[in-house]
Order: sequence, then structure tokens, then C-alpha cells
Amino acid sequence: MSKWKSITGAQAVAEAMRQINPDVVAAYPITPQTPIVEQFASFVANGIVDTEMIPVESEHSAMSCTVGASAAGARAMCATASQGLALMWEVVAAVPGLRLPIVMPIVNRALSAPINIHCDHSDSMGATTIGWIQIYSENAQEAYENTLLAIRLAEHKDVLLPVMVMQDGFIISHGVENVEIFDDDAVRKFVGERNPDRYLLDVDHPYTIGPLALPDYYFEIKRQQEEAMQNALKVYLEVGDELSKISGHKYPYFEEYKTEDAEVVIVVLSSTAGTAKDAVDELREEGKKVGLIKPILFRPFPYKEMRKALEKFKAIGVLDRSIAFGAYAPLYTEVRNALFESENKPKLQSYVYGLGGKDIFKSDIKKVFEELLSGNVNPEEQRYIRLRG
Amino acid sequence: MSEKKGWKELMRGSDLPPASSLEYKTGSWRTLRPIWDPDKCTHCMFCVAYCPDMAIPVKVTEEGVKGFGGRVYKGTVRLETNFDYCKGCGICAEECPTHAIKMVREEEAAKASK
Ligand code: SF4
Ligand code: SF4
Repeated sequence: MSKWKSITGAQAVAEAMRQINPDVVAAYPITPQTPIVEQFASFVANGIVDTEMIPVESEHSAMSCTVGASAAGARAMCATASQGLALMWEVVAAVPGLRLPIVMPIVNRALSAPINIHCDHSDSMGATTIGWIQIYSENAQEAYENTLLAIRLAEHKDVLLPVMVMQDGFIISHGVENVEIFDDDAVRKFVGERNPDRYLLDVDHPYTIGPLALPDYYFEIKRQQEEAMQNALKVYLEVGDELSKISGHKYPYFEEYKTEDAEVVIVVLSSTAGTAKDAVDELREEGKKVGLIKPILFRPFPYKEMRKALEKFKAIGVLDRSIAFGAYAPLYTEVRNALFESENKPKLQSYVYGLGGKDIFKSDIKKVFEELLSGNVNPEEQRYIRLRG
Repeated sequence: MSEKKGWKELMRGSDLPPASSLEYKTGSWRTLRPIWDPDKCTHCMFCVAYCPDMAIPVKVTEEGVKGFGGRVYKGTVRLETNFDYCKGCGICAEECPTHAIKMVREEEAAKASK
């Protein structure tokens, strides 16, 4: 039987980790990820999980421990945010090349400087090119379910790549919602046990992991990694179908909200999609044909599917909660990329919003829709929402 | 390594099968060759112990081999360097107490051996 619990996004992820029951969790508390580790530590202390929890002195050590445990054959998890991700970066970047299926919840927080503890996506958007799968969650429920899905996706034999599961700092991580926690037995059956085809503690079958690879082999090894990333597109849907049987929810690459007859849409990640849905509902009541696309799987990016979904609209506004200084914003870049092959390109407009946790309101999103409907767009201009002039 | 493998044939990631270092012939790195003079060798095993590539093979012999001072050395003795693996670092020559090893440029060593 599933249970409804009034919990935060952080606690929802801790619940997923309780059901996953990893062999090893090594993590360092960092705002706003702290309540994940805190809650999970209490599960360990109360004997609710069998996990070996390793309190470490830094995030660099946290990811190093997680890598060691995963290579040894354990199901190993970590969790972090912002500066923590920055500090563990050296090791984070090595994980995909080592092909270790580590799942790491990320609670999105702005990167220093200036130092800031609130939500934007500059931490995880800085990690889009190194080979981690990235899944963005709108709310606590999605963060919970995406974490479960991520384990199976990461450990699939055709993938074997690490996964980051994002939720918005404070907005989701510290906000209480009603979350449906699925039946323990059903989830445990779904996640199963990690069953690696080889692992270092299997002393009867020795092998070398992490050797030096010079120009004669490095490139070939990276090509394998790209193949695994492409495989993840298919496996994501397959694992999602299996999880659907427990949850009754769907796990598409992106959510399409009231888009069937829409003329203009907003594309936005994570919690702001929730706000945008309200704006869509209200504008729909006024008879305006507006809709929303919420990307969920960001790496690998489903370009073809995204193009098919987007090319029917007249205008598209893309809202990014991070800047890619000197380049188009990350989500906007992917939307532009996806539409390049389109015969019938919609008009595009890039918006940056919410950096360092600056609020965004329904009224701001409605203004974006009005701008898109009016045709006042310039695809080469980056606009800023609620920025003081 | 002999034939280089394509990306589809490699083990997953940068993983390697065990003991594969034997397939990696570090001898191809060599620019200097250690020339060993058995007549000056006391078979002290310094070079064997110091060689970072285990490129100096040994054997146990009862009848012994002739070496330094015309003496016969019995027990464990060193043999000719294995040039498949000797990378020419010169550590053996540096450590040899009797200067029985000389480092010579590869091209000169090749000429001399013709
Ligand atoms: S160090 Fe010199 S003397 Fe000793 S075994 Fe080697 S070559 Fe012979
Ligand atoms: S030159 Fe270096 S690698 Fe070659 S035998 Fe001497 S110590 Fe070993």
C-alpha cells in the first residue's frame, strides 16, 4: 500500500533512498541539500536501512568514497548542491569515464560569487558536458519518483552511467507537500539489488579500473561513453514504463501541458513549471491559446522528440534559471538546437530569471505569454525577468 | 600492444583485463640501451632489484656462470636484459657497484651489434 506523507522535497528524496537501501552513502551536508543527508542519517541510526553511511570531511572525499564503494561493487549514493558540487568536481568528472552507476540527488543552488544559498540552476548546468545523466524534477513527488527511476537507469547494462536528480533549492527541498510514497515492497522489487557484471571485490576475477589511457585509447573510451549516453534515451523510457506500473504516472522526456491547440508555449524546468501551469490555466480561461513544455530528461537531450513537440507553435519563450555567460542560456541553447532541422521554425525568445533565488510570480509568466502572443520577440536577444534596470 | 582495438572491442570504460601489462612492451620507449658486461658482473642483484620494469631476468644455477675477476658465481644469477620491456631508464647502470652496465644510444648499440 502506498502512503501519503506531508514532507519536504528533501525528505521525499530521503524516502526514495530509504526504499533503495543503498549499500553505501557518503555525503557532506551542504545547504540546501542538508535535510536529505540529515533525514537519511536518522534512517541509518534507527536501523531502518542497512546502509554504511560515511561522514566525510569534504565533498571531494564524499565523491571519492562513493566512487570507491561503487567500484568495489556496492550500490553507492551521494547528494550535494552548489559549492559542494564545485568542490567534488574533479571526482564527479571522472565517474562517467569509470562507468560507475552512482545516483546523486542535487538540490539546485546558485554558485558563488557572490555567495548565495538560494535556488538557481548554475550548479548542475555547469555539469552538462561531462557525461552525467540529468533529470530535473518539478516538485517533491517528482524528485522522489525520479530518484527511484534513476537507480535503474544508471545500473542498466546498456547505460552504466551516473545520474544527477535535480530539485529546486528551498522552493522544493524545504517546502512541505503531500507526497505519495509507494508501497515499500513494490519499490524494493522495482529497484532490486545492484548486480554488477564485474566489481573490484570479486577477487577471483581481477581486472584493472581507472588506468592511464593516452592518445592511442582515450578517444575510443570516450566514444563508448557517448554510446552509453545515447542508449540512456531508450532505457529511460523502458524503466519509466516499469515504474508506471507502481505509480500510475508517466515518465516522458518532457511534460506537455495544454499544448494540443496552443499557439505559444513557455519551456521551463523544475518548480517554475508549476507556477507556469497556473498562469496557463488563467490565460486559458481568458481564451488565450497558451501551453507549457517542461523538460525532465536534460542529459541526454531528446532533440528529435523535442523538435516534433515544438515545431507546431508560433512562438516559444524559453526560461532559464542560469546564464551561460557569453553564450545562449543552457535550456535556450538546446531548444534552438532542437529546432535547427525544422522546416517551420517558431519564433524564439530567451529569458533569464530567478538567479540567486529571485522570485518569479505568475504575473511575470503571464507577461512573458503576452509578449510571445504580441510577436515582440527577438531570438538573438536575451531578456531578463524582474531584473532592476 | 599489437593491433589496437576499436571502441566496440574494448572492455567497458577504461577497464582492462588482469595482468595486461605484459602485453605492453615498454621497450619501444627506449633511446638508451643498457649494455651489460658479464665479465664485470658479481651477480649482486642490485640491478635486478632496482629495475622498475622487472626487465632483468634471473635463473638459479648449480654449475654457475663466469663473472667478475674470472670467478664462477653459483646460485641466483642475472641474465641478459629483456629488451621487450627495458625502457632504457639507466637505473641499473647507475646502481651497479662494479660498473658492469653502460648506457649506449640505441642507434649506436644497433650499429655495434651489426
Ligand atoms: S648490479 Fe652490476 S654487478 Fe650487480 S648483478 Fe647487476 S650488473 Fe651485475
Ligand atoms: S635501463 Fe632501466 S628498464 Fe632497462 S634494465 Fe636497466 S633499470 Fe631496467
